[in-house]
Amino acid sequence: MGEHEHVHLDTEGSGDYTPGYYEILERSLAELLVEKGRIGAHEVRREIEVLDSRNPALGARLVARAWSDANFKKRLLANGRQACEELGITSYEDTELIVLENTETVHNLVVCTLCSCYPRAVLGLPPDWYKLKPYRARAVKDPRALLKEFGTIIPDDIAIHVSDATAQVRYLVLPRRPAGTDNFTEEELASLVTRDSMIGVVQLGSVPSTPGVAP
Amino acid sequence: MTNVPPLRSIAPFPEARWADGEAAVFKSGDAVRVAARFPIGHYRVPRYIRGRKGVVESVIEPRALNNEEEGFGRNAGGKRHYYRVTLSMTELWPGYAGSPLDKLKIEIFETWLERA
Repeated sequence: MGEHEHVHLDTEGSGDYTPGYYEILERSLAELLVEKGRIGAHEVRREIEVLDSRNPALGARLVARAWSDANFKKRLLANGRQACEELGITSYEDTELIVLENTETVHNLVVCTLCSCYPRAVLGLPPDWYKLKPYRARAVKDPRALLKEFGTIIPDDIAIHVSDATAQVRYLVLPRRPAGTDNFTEEELASLVTRDSMIGVVQLGSVPSTPGVAP
Repeated sequence: MTNVPPLRSIAPFPEARWADGEAAVFKSGDAVRVAARFPIGHYRVPRYIRGRKGVVESVIEPRALNNEEEGFGRNAGGKRHYYRVTLSMTELWPGYAGSPLDKLKIEIFETWLERA
């Protein structure tokens, strides 16, 4: 790319936007890679397209299927990656997936203390707070106080298992099925499952007993 | 826990010999210690667990590249197992404020583990 082709994106919508250090670094690196012919400009765009095509609705489908089908749940807990592939959800970043089941005695929480490892294949991009140091440090050091700030109070007789994703494996929490959902279809169940419940920072509340109506 | 992936740790024939790094060195239930090494550079073992004791919960299959080596462009060979290791929060953090039942679970590459 020649000098005259550099475009300065006005991402803030104001004329005086100044990019930060890492943004300049990232832009320079990308431009150099394209200039040297290591990658094509379209590959960056394509990768963003791949990332954006994943979102928490995929994780919610997995959870709803596991709640509705005991055999699928068994396979999901035994090998998350293979079970995802059954539903056509591939692990595009070539990582394994361990699904962590919340039970009456265990509450799971997911973090990546080193960076921002996240089950992107089934949840899409992580929320900003997941990538920030306060969350990453406190999740492993004082998870109960952290959860309290999310409004989640876990009694002391329930163990908290914090999974720190560091390398090859991504983690997804299988939340407990809310009470009052016995008659729900898989689709209705999926609509109850939130991103944060699959990270483990919240639990799902029980559903008022209006048959077949999701809140 | 039911979320333990099946172990692939039995050789097909008793006479068959494992290749180097093929069989898992540790098994579920083994007491381990995370190596207390502090090499310069970026490593995938957070400092807060180095030198700490834990227990192997499961062997993560299949074997994988040591992604620390991979980070330096050395991709050939070197496949070994990752292990899901459980450490007690009270062991990790003196004066831990939560419940004594609380655990940290983390995956660690074989070369970072020692028998404890």
